[in-house]
Amino acid sequence: MLEPWVFIALLLGAGMLLPGVAIVANWLLSPKKPNALKESIYECGIETVGDTHVQLKGAYYIYALIFVVFDIEAVFLFPWAVAYDKLQLYMVLEGVLFILILAAGLFYAWRKGVLEWV
Amino acid sequence: MIDVLKDPIAWIGDLLRTWLIGLGLLPEFVTFLLQLLSAVIIATAVLLLTFLLIWAERKIVARFQDRVGPNRVGPFGVFQTVADLLKLVTKELITPTGADLVPYNLAPLITVMSVVGLWAVMPLAPTVLPADINVGVLYIISIGAIGMLGILLAGMSSNNKYALLGAFRTVALMVSYAVPMVLALLVPVLLSGSMGMQAIVEGQRPIPFFVLAPIAALIFFISSLAEVGRAPFDLLEADSEIVAGYNIEYSGLKFGMFFVAEFLHAFTISALTATLFLGGWSGPWVDLYPVLGMLYFIIKSSIVYFVVIWIRGSFPRIRIDQMNALNWKFITPVALFGLVFTAVAEKLAVELGLSRLLTHVGANALLIILTLLALGIYARSARTKFESGTKAG
Repeated sequence: MLEPWVFIALLLGAGMLLPGVAIVANWLLSPKKPNALKESIYECGIETVGDTHVQLKGAYYIYALIFVVFDIEAVFLFPWAVAYDKLQLYMVLEGVLFILILAAGLFYAWRKGVLEWV
Repeated sequence: MIDVLKDPIAWIGDLLRTWLIGLGLLPEFVTFLLQLLSAVIIATAVLLLTFLLIWAERKIVARFQDRVGPNRVGPFGVFQTVADLLKLVTKELITPTGADLVPYNLAPLITVMSVVGLWAVMPLAPTVLPADINVGVLYIISIGAIGMLGILLAGMSSNNKYALLGAFRTVALMVSYAVPMVLALLVPVLLSGSMGMQAIVEGQRPIPFFVLAPIAALIFFISSLAEVGRAPFDLLEADSEIVAGYNIEYSGLKFGMFFVAEFLHAFTISALTATLFLGGWSGPWVDLYPVLGMLYFIIKSSIVYFVVIWIRGSFPRIRIDQMNALNWKFITPVALFGLVFTAVAEKLAVELGLSRLLTHVGANALLIILTLLALGIYARSARTKFESGTKAG
């Protein structure tokens, strides 16, 4: 029972270790002559003004909120989909009703103009 | 001898196991050793596969653009990627001033790890599945989210505004397209009644899910293209707008790792599409010779990967507002209704004793017609609005 998870842990470890080894090899082989100009932040003609971590559009936050709603709904839908073969028709229709409520939420957000990128 | 031909991988595994137990090791320890060995082999194999993928992609895109592509190093330029790697290995690793060092150095590793991790649940042949967990589909979704985390870390820790913009675009893109992807993934789970990858492939033995649910297959393919950030969804590294996006401050192999992860991820989503919707390893005579399954799997994945490159060679990049509109106003509603139609059609086919194939094809055709009608109405109203607006102005 636990065996596949041990394998996944090992594979994720290998997936992190191999690029790590490659980067360390790069660090050993590469020239190391840093200077202030080389390490300065890349800019495209004009130096940036102020702090890097500026405030970004609020629209990103709203999309994240809609995503959280949908992702949680999906977590509820997965058990329903796995148990599908054992369900009666009315149980399937209840799942459909759940999805339609979800769709109604999406259309409400759409009508409210939340989905416009301005 | 016949066993070797039928299933060489299981045969080698059994041989190694008997030999190691014969040396006097504990059976549990032998299992652990074999798992460690196969984990290292899979991780190395997929990372080496990237050399071939980058070469193939450059060659095919060159053909689409009426060029020759790499043709100097080795036969047909096949060692071009090796030469590129050797160049990257000798490049100086530059760390920008003000970078947050721990996430900055961790980001390339996490990005590669998430892509390699996807191969843990990929059924390569009837007898070869690295880890047969019963929540395979959920595992794919969660590991994909970790890849997004790597790109976000890279953008936020670089202390560069272009990188930050790229990271934010990435998050908006991946967060948006995760929704239709999850909804499309529900369809194979529903049709096969399991979240395990091997069971999903088994469920497609007579008819692949691509035939039963073409809309879900297409939506999964498009939204996973967006998850990878491939053209036409490559606005997270749009060269002409934000230079290179999240990986702008990386040099040497740290940059190379992002590059490797991107190309490998593109092939991985092709393999996932082939597994979930095209039947994976299933094909003729696969029960007799399990090793044939791997051949079918590779052929199907390569066909899907060719389509990915084809799309890259054909479509222009979309803007961020178009990207969001396409997702939330078109793909997500269609995915929701596609799930509803499939669920009802499958149950009706069982209850009324109808043909499963015909019911599903009919339901999908109905959905396509309804979608086209809705699009027509929307286009007409948008045109009227546009024309009245130009008259007034």
